[in-house]
Amino acid sequence: MSSTSATPRTSPTLAASEGTAPAPAADTAPRRLVAFIGRARQAAILVVLVLLLLATELDNHRFLSSQGIKDLLLDAAILMLVAVGQAVVVITRNVDLSVGSVLGISAFAAADLLAGGANPVWAVAAAILLGAGFGLVNGLLVSFGQVPALVVTLGMLYVVRGLDSIWVGPREITSQSLPAGYTDFGHGGLGPIPYLALIAVAATVAVGYYLARYRSGREFYAIGSNAQAARLAGIGLRKRVVAAYIFAGALAGLAGALYVARFAYVDATTGGGYELTVISAVVVGGVAMTGGVGSVYGAALGALLLTSINSVLPALNVSSVWEEAIDGFLLLVAIAVDRIVAGRVTSALRERSPHHG
Amino acid sequence: MNDSTEVGHNAAGPEAVNPEAAAAVPPGSGPAAAATAPILALDAVSVSFGAVRALRSVSLALAPGSVHALAGENGAGKSTLVKVLAGVLRPDGGRVLVDGEPTVFHGPADARGAGIAVIYQEPTVFPHLSIAENIYMGRQPRASLRGLGLGRIDRTKVRRWTADLFARLGVALDPDQPARGLSIADQQMVEIAKALSFDARVLIMDEPTAALTPAEVDRLFAVARALKAQGAAILFISHRLDEIFDLCDTVTTLRDGGWIATEPVAGLGADDLVRRMVGRDLDSLYPKQDAQIGEVALDVRRLTREGVFTDVSFQVRRGEIVALAGLVGAGRTEVARAVFGIDRWDAGSVQVDGRTLRPGSPSAAMSAGLALVPEDRRAQGLVMMHSIERNSTLTGVRGLTRGGLVSRAAERSRAADWAARLELKYGRLSDAVATLSGGNQQKVVLGKWLSTAPKVLIVDEPTRGIDVGTKAQVHRLLSQLAADGVAVLMISSDLPEVLGMADRILVMHEGRLAAELPREGTTEEAVLAAATGARAASEPAAGRGPAGVAR
Repeated sequence: MSSTSATPRTSPTLAASEGTAPAPAADTAPRRLVAFIGRARQAAILVVLVLLLLATELDNHRFLSSQGIKDLLLDAAILMLVAVGQAVVVITRNVDLSVGSVLGISAFAAADLLAGGANPVWAVAAAILLGAGFGLVNGLLVSFGQVPALVVTLGMLYVVRGLDSIWVGPREITSQSLPAGYTDFGHGGLGPIPYLALIAVAATVAVGYYLARYRSGREFYAIGSNAQAARLAGIGLRKRVVAAYIFAGALAGLAGALYVARFAYVDATTGGGYELTVISAVVVGGVAMTGGVGSVYGAALGALLLTSINSVLPALNVSSVWEEAIDGFLLLVAIAVDRIVAGRVTSALRERSPHHG
Repeated sequence: MNDSTEVGHNAAGPEAVNPEAAAAVPPGSGPAAAATAPILALDAVSVSFGAVRALRSVSLALAPGSVHALAGENGAGKSTLVKVLAGVLRPDGGRVLVDGEPTVFHGPADARGAGIAVIYQEPTVFPHLSIAENIYMGRQPRASLRGLGLGRIDRTKVRRWTADLFARLGVALDPDQPARGLSIADQQMVEIAKALSFDARVLIMDEPTAALTPAEVDRLFAVARALKAQGAAILFISHRLDEIFDLCDTVTTLRDGGWIATEPVAGLGADDLVRRMVGRDLDSLYPKQDAQIGEVALDVRRLTREGVFTDVSFQVRRGEIVALAGLVGAGRTEVARAVFGIDRWDAGSVQVDGRTLRPGSPSAAMSAGLALVPEDRRAQGLVMMHSIERNSTLTGVRGLTRGGLVSRAAERSRAADWAARLELKYGRLSDAVATLSGGNQQKVVLGKWLSTAPKVLIVDEPTRGIDVGTKAQVHRLLSQLAADGVAVLMISSDLPEVLGMADRILVMHEGRLAAELPREGTTEEAVLAAATGARAASEPAAGRGPAGVAR
């Protein structure tokens, strides 16, 4: 018995005997390393983007004309909006595959209202509300139904596409039936910068600021980083996940309305397959599918890069069949880089950790 | 997102309290005793997980300005009780009282709102977020509205408050560093800082010291005493009895989910406490039997893995228990992993029963008769969501197949056999391993490997985080295995365990074998000296490299 009672008092476990100096100043190198890598990702995208555009310009001098830039920004704006919404969902460690379908049906809804003579503000609002409604259903199924996001939103992709086909049928809405003012807005802008791009940038900055600087915004990251810890921290997981989906849906709806302004054409196939481009943009932009990492700025840059590549290929007389292969390749590179960098960073942080053995 | 699984057993609900229980108000709730009226109390609380009754009508009262210890073996219900107090679990029966008022916690947020802060046994950090955010998530200080802050987070304040907390705890951590990559001890310090940041009236600490150094434990205790002086109620759980005697005023003992005793710590002996926890006198914690030492079973020669360990040579004979001691990070676990074939080695050889092992092949090691019980049972030893029977037979699936398929009946009977031999505490064999307590999980890992009938068993920290009762069982088992002719290599940081169980002690220091010490006459100081690289003058065997190792 005596050996038992003596044990705890006299057990200087070896692990514990590694003395720690009394509170030296914190080592700030790990933080700087991580901050640097966070910025490096966005810087790398920018560098690739600039090189790509310059190389194309050298080959084809009309590419960076004012009209060329404008077209590029117009195409990027719509992808950017959807990518920003998707990024919020992905940050919570979920995914929304239905954004392409939602964009399509919202675009038709807006176009239908406009063709019927509705006020453009109301048409845009209706598209946003419709998108938000689908987002709400997604969010409720994912958070309350306990169904994996991939399955729920894949189902929603087909359901919405099906509804779209039934509703639209063989109809198409073209510029003839749309108010000229609306399509003019879609092409107009402040100098070479289109209104659509301004809207996209404003939305990106607003969402980015909200996610970075507000309690509820940080909770999206917390949920994606460790859902269990988030629950213990008293965060309302369901509320936030539903909010993320509503948000992604609303932005897809807005993108649909702007799609009408930009292309002045909608039919039942509008937005088909768009979800994959969106997810590529988000991942290339550094938002990890495993949650908790990345920013909407990165996602927006990713959208800009993918759009640029798709615009550059025709300018370089490369067949557009290469487009998808290159998008896919970029996606794989981005994921590979993420994995390697994440592993390196974690081990670098470990080595600096004073306790680790 | 699946709270429902946690509250799913909650058929009755806390409202379903019988009137007798309601009348049994905990002591000190009258106005005369207002000064010591408990802030937080449990009244006849019960919790069940399937067939396992984790808590049976347990009452507990936490008074202000007092540190209350919760003692009990693994599986006694301590962590379940903490989850009830934290609002994570809702009891099936009984009441939770805050300031004497019956209260229902619908989630952790409710408990926090009542001023209860919890440090969990397993740190729960957000790996991608900064340390400061980890501490203040959901409660970040906000910029004032007048300064056009519009409710946004005041990052400067978050950082400064975090730095202040760390200064109080004497920890050198950068508030802006992300939490990933932090050691368990640092994560624990983050958890402690988080709990402190609440200015809570009740602080619950579920084994906060398991990963901390003595200096950090001292600081934590200083902070706990300061909180106590300010009138907080503290609930403290630890397997280190000396910490209970050091810090606590009152101790409540649980055994098998039931309440055993609540008594003042003063005047209580460690023996008494252990007896209450275990329910019987322990014959001995270290029941080392004398075993017949046979021929060499494991022969490791000049094993080197660049940058990790160098020139490691040793032998383990049948019937022998050899301890591998050293500081954390000395390379002990890495040697074990290499011997078992998980990691490749750059030079050297490993022989089992005279047969040279193919490097980097765990399946070759297993078929040669090697078994490894890893240090981190959750990550490496168990499939947490699988059933007990599935886990305990994972390694022996070959012997259980009929025509290429795993026979469920054979699997079940083998698992039942091992469960009985290891005195496993469980509901049904088909329950997920995650529902077991830590000590019982360790038994499942042991059973899983023992069912392969190994010739050489490597155990890495076999009793870390395990209560005294289970510890003695594990020791008895290891001793029995050695007596049966198994060669046992035991990695351990617990010096009394090393000295109590081993026939020989190998000490590693910075990737090399620094010393080999005999069982007789070796002191904790001698092992420590070798482990820290200080050459102990009284130990002739203490030398670097293979020269100091007996052939």
